[in-house]
Amino acid sequence: MVNIWMRGGLYILLAIPVLIGIGLYWKAAPLLRHESLANLLFSGKWFPMKGEFGFLPFIYSSVYVTLLAFILSVPLCLFAAIYLTQFSKQRLLNFMLPVIDILAGIPSVVYGVWGILVIVPLVSDKIAPFFGTTSSGYSLLAGGIVLAVMCIPYILNMLIEVFHTIPVGMKEASLSLGATHWEMVKHVIIRKGFPGIISAFGLGIAKAFGETIAVLMVVGNTLNITLSPLKPGYPLPALIANNYGEMMSIPDYDSALMFAALLLFVVILIINLFFRYFIHKTEQV
Amino acid sequence: MNRWKIIEEWIFKIISFIAAYSVVIILLYLLIVVFNKGVGALSWEIVFSLPEGGYYFGGGGGILNAIVGSFYLSLGATVLAVFIGLPAALFINVQLIRLKRTQNTIRFFLDALWGIPSIVYGAFGFAVMLLLGLNASLLAGIITVALLITPILVRAFDEVLKTIPVELQEASYSLGSTRTETALKVLFKQGFAGFITALLLAFGRGIGDAASVLFTAGFTDNIPVALDEPVATLPLSIFFQLSSPIEEVRQRAYAAAVILTVIILIISVSARFLSKRYSKNSIK
Repeated sequence: MVNIWMRGGLYILLAIPVLIGIGLYWKAAPLLRHESLANLLFSGKWFPMKGEFGFLPFIYSSVYVTLLAFILSVPLCLFAAIYLTQFSKQRLLNFMLPVIDILAGIPSVVYGVWGILVIVPLVSDKIAPFFGTTSSGYSLLAGGIVLAVMCIPYILNMLIEVFHTIPVGMKEASLSLGATHWEMVKHVIIRKGFPGIISAFGLGIAKAFGETIAVLMVVGNTLNITLSPLKPGYPLPALIANNYGEMMSIPDYDSALMFAALLLFVVILIINLFFRYFIHKTEQV
Repeated sequence: MNRWKIIEEWIFKIISFIAAYSVVIILLYLLIVVFNKGVGALSWEIVFSLPEGGYYFGGGGGILNAIVGSFYLSLGATVLAVFIGLPAALFINVQLIRLKRTQNTIRFFLDALWGIPSIVYGAFGFAVMLLLGLNASLLAGIITVALLITPILVRAFDEVLKTIPVELQEASYSLGSTRTETALKVLFKQGFAGFITALLLAFGRGIGDAASVLFTAGFTDNIPVALDEPVATLPLSIFFQLSSPIEEVRQRAYAAAVILTVIILIISVSARFLSKRYSKNSIK
């Protein structure tokens, strides 16, 4: 009896992603029936009232803030992880690990509050005047910065784990041949940990891509395809979160939002599967 | 040549030093700003009373509805997650102990599931809700959050279970116990510390998550008394109050953010404490 229960629990668990995929596809199907996939993904026309659903501006904003977050957080995380695992005293790392762990658990809405209190005024009062323009502060840049900060504990944690798996003997061999610490890091740590480092970054990107509330609070939520990071944007998760209230009143609108969710699900699942597989393979060798 | 080597060493040591400390400073700064802004607005009234009439226009009252609502929701979801996840984690480590490949494939899928954003769970939960004919309610919220936290719970518990030596299981079998008995009486007991950590991790994640309950839990000024009533949650309460143009309401959002952060900090610190405490009792 307990045996069946145990088996059943596992099956339910493994069925969740399949069910999510089917469920979202089923809800998005009415839209997919009369719109081609290419049209949905690459058209910039978003007029739900007229039945035109082009997701390009949303996809563009999502990719934009994610890349921005990536550029801002990656060098910081990489060097911080190198410092904590290779250069600093063990004591600092022992202190930092639980701190990073706890910070990774801080809810995204709190990061959003911080973004509104600090980053939005920073963008509107300091960064925009510096470049000779004006900005309300609710911008792609603010979204990118908040995302970057959110990803730091997450990526850092994985990087530290990766660096810990590198055998001490290898480092010692490098140092005994007369390499400086940095040369050892460059030639041994980075090279040996390369798959792990790439995976940590990849999983960080996936997390940033799907993050909702914190970005929604600072990104401005305006339809826009612009190069300037000081203009507002409208990422995919924000679209879903903002419009659930009215989605029943406009035909096909609910299908469109479910399609957005399906898109997020598929993209993030693929990124996750790819990099997890990467880690998985390297762990076994 | 040699001099360049030393200069390079110094440059990169300084860069990584700066990177490490700026990470610390940024994260501390975040907490300080949130606390600094919120503590001033914090009062007993906010923590212990329900919103009164005109609350969202600056009227009196507090966010007890959201605090209690979040606890109800997360507690329900955690119970549901344990109901599905605990047997699943034990199954992976007892029945599948000889099938390393299967074990690894399952872990791989669960890890990938961990990365799915909560808004997708929210949208899926909404679709399920429509299918079952439910309204935005405590029950729908519990189901959605449970879907979100079950993979987390299982993987966290599993990480501890997989470190338990096989010999311990073998000893149990040699004394004539069945696999189920071994799972419940040996593995579960031995991994209890890990179970507590996993439980609190999942619970904390459930309390803090906003995007998954946005569609499914609804929002209300009252504390729900039945499963089919809508429920307010703390993250959404912060989110809604912050979008208000009235300064006083925004102040209370900052206070609510402090309350949420403190709850999460208490949960993560006690998870560490309890896990240390219970791991003393397990056989090394």
